[in-house]
Amino acid sequence: MEFLADLFEWFSDPINWSGTEGIPARLWEHIQYSLIATFIGALIALPLALVLGHTGRGGLLAINLTNTGRAIPSLGIIILVYIAAGLNLLPVYAALVALAIPPIVTNTYVGIRSVDRGVRESAEGMGLTGFQVLKDVEIPVAMPLIMAGIRTSAVQVVATATLAAYIGFGGLGRFLIDGLATFDLAQMTGGAVLVAVLSLAVEVAFGALQNALVSEGVTPRKRTATIRAKLGSTTA
Amino acid sequence: MDWAWVGSHLDDIQHLLLQHITFTVSALFFGFIIAFPLALVAARYPRLYQPILGITGVLFTIPSIALFLLLLPFTGLSETTCILGLTIYTLLVLVRNTVEGLRGVPDDVKEAAEAMGYRPLALLMKVELPIALPVVIAGLRIAAVTTIGLVTITALITFGGLGAFFIDGFRRDFATPIIVGIVLSVALAVAADLSLVGVQRVLTPWARTRR
Amino acid sequence: MITFESVSKRFPDGTTAVDDLSLEVPEGEVAVFVGPSGCGKTTTLRMVNRMIEPTDGTITVDGQDAMKIDPPELRRRIGYVIQQIGLFPHRTIAENIATVPQLIDWDKKRTNERVDELIEVVGLPDEVRDRYPHQLSGGQQQRVGVARALAVDPPIMLMDEPFGAVDPIVRSRLQDEFLRLQRDVKKTIVFVTHDIDEAIKMGDRIAIMSEGGHLQQYASPEEILAHPATDFVASFLGAERGLKRLALIPVSKVSAVEGPVVGPDDDGARARAVARDNGSDWVVIVKDRKLLGWAHVADIDGSGRVGDIEAKPFSAEIYKEDSLRAALNAMVTSLTGVAARIGDDSAYEGLLTQELLARELQDSDPGPGTMTGAEVNEEAERV
Repeated sequence: MEFLADLFEWFSDPINWSGTEGIPARLWEHIQYSLIATFIGALIALPLALVLGHTGRGGLLAINLTNTGRAIPSLGIIILVYIAAGLNLLPVYAALVALAIPPIVTNTYVGIRSVDRGVRESAEGMGLTGFQVLKDVEIPVAMPLIMAGIRTSAVQVVATATLAAYIGFGGLGRFLIDGLATFDLAQMTGGAVLVAVLSLAVEVAFGALQNALVSEGVTPRKRTATIRAKLGSTTA
Repeated sequence: MDWAWVGSHLDDIQHLLLQHITFTVSALFFGFIIAFPLALVAARYPRLYQPILGITGVLFTIPSIALFLLLLPFTGLSETTCILGLTIYTLLVLVRNTVEGLRGVPDDVKEAAEAMGYRPLALLMKVELPIALPVVIAGLRIAAVTTIGLVTITALITFGGLGAFFIDGFRRDFATPIIVGIVLSVALAVAADLSLVGVQRVLTPWARTRR
Repeated sequence: MITFESVSKRFPDGTTAVDDLSLEVPEGEVAVFVGPSGCGKTTTLRMVNRMIEPTDGTITVDGQDAMKIDPPELRRRIGYVIQQIGLFPHRTIAENIATVPQLIDWDKKRTNERVDELIEVVGLPDEVRDRYPHQLSGGQQQRVGVARALAVDPPIMLMDEPFGAVDPIVRSRLQDEFLRLQRDVKKTIVFVTHDIDEAIKMGDRIAIMSEGGHLQQYASPEEILAHPATDFVASFLGAERGLKRLALIPVSKVSAVEGPVVGPDDDGARARAVARDNGSDWVVIVKDRKLLGWAHVADIDGSGRVGDIEAKPFSAEIYKEDSLRAALNAMVTSLTGVAARIGDDSAYEGLLTQELLARELQDSDPGPGTMTGAEVNEEAERV
């Protein structure tokens, strides 16, 4: 396999590991894009979904947002905003934030709504205020699904941040786009491997974060698995 | 928005739209053919479920461009690469939803059916699958919409599908084809989603009154 | 004390859940609201802590108009137990019980002591303290639900089918324990159920409601069973109303008859004479006021001693705290058709017969719906 040898050589070439165009720099750019986009997405999506879920309003919108959101072609958005706004990071963030919002909204909304009626009822009956019910009961109980939403968004954002390179920005997408343009198979596949590994790392990191944030009493049940399947959230 | 461009490119639009649909349908078709037996096996032998889910999950997590490019050394700049890549993406969702759908069938229903003398195959076809159908179709909806979105990315490799408009627009710094591409692919996704909802309503009349 | 004054609840869709309800739940008593589904019993309960707001009328809780108290404030003073229990899955049992103490800022030490105390009061083992709800059985969860509602010792409790989700054996045990607890804590309780037997067992008073939120009768269980105010109440009580009444009357209310008593030293001829005088073919054998059993006179030799043959034990002995229903049960399972009553000093006090039960029902209730002796016998056949 000559191709594998090329790939190995690409990874072992010290030039590829140093400077502003090296793997560490590109990796860091990629993580920056992804973190900022996911964070902004969560900042917009979480309060919205928590309020909708707590009040039970806007359910149809919240539930269908994710699947409709999947239909929005990120490549098209990036290019369109780029043509409209010029060469800055706005197109990248516009596309990535738009991508991050729907899964968080839908999972959070469904998570809050699927808190057992008896649990919510008894919380109110004991005299918790509306805000206390949300903060002390609904959010902790819905935490597995809330986390699943953020995780799904983060993984999608990491994957899609690759497109930043298409309009001339950095990130791991540089290797892919440049490799494709020059038909440098080793660079291209090297980049692809890096993005894939980063995605899996994000997935695993969120799994650990979830274990830390979710109460032992709220173990994932069969029902949660079915809900996640219906919403198309990530697994693992 | 340059309507004159739209008017003079109706042929292109039709061609790329059809190509987009062909890619999508092929991927869903092959995906379902592979996923369905896998799901049945996983539902029958629960110990295989986690491994199967793990592998398809890892494949699903690989970013789309990366996956397409990883396939390039093997299948080249071809439609095969596109359809193969797209098919891989449908697997996780289809397998998982089919298995979760089957696992979601209430035990008492299965037991009642067995007690009335259903053999395993009839139990699966006449009882379990119909009850699992809403979750299976939910999977198909996700897979269909996701695939329609992903086909736009394949334009980077094949210059086919509605994504070709994005690349065209980018090269010429011209917004109209990009808008046409976005609108059509979103419209296509919504249409696919709604028709699958329609299919589900026809196939599962008992579920209609709920929600 | 809880008072309802002309309270109505109409929902926006036009249905009337509660219609002009006026009644009073006295301090320290259990008022059970019972009726078929859709009779507004749960709505009534939920209006007390303003989970539902009444459309008309006034509800006062310990003299204060409930509508003038901030709902969370009001609810923290009222214990609330529901059928779904609603334990917080993400909190341990101790944390669940400590919910309201924390809301009203008890210090840690006081809260902890109270949690320990309550775990013991509701009869749970110490180990459950740090478990999560899903690790407990249904009955245990129900106990935690009650403990959580009692946490800050609220004077008032609302209980909506609190034992509805557990199996009959556990339910009956929880009911007994709860009644024992209530004797000590003397809460003012509104209790909702659809089960008339539970209502009769738990209630100091019973409010029977019919569809559309109409109060049909509000009285003590004895009164309701003896004098159902309407046809609805009578049919809701069911065909076994007489038996249910018997269940409420203690054996001590009825004076037993002496019966055909002989001593072990009496001879067969005397036994036969005593039996004949009592119209029976058997005798009760008593020595020094202790019950030895009974025997058919045919088994005793005319000249032999009664003590020469082995006395058969009565299938059931009845004590003064037992109900007449238990006595009836003992009678129908006994070959003699009577039950032997045993006193505190385990002395023989006489026999209870079906005629005695029938007379008791008639004496205490000259009104309609009384069981005749024949009916008691009929009921006895069916048991």
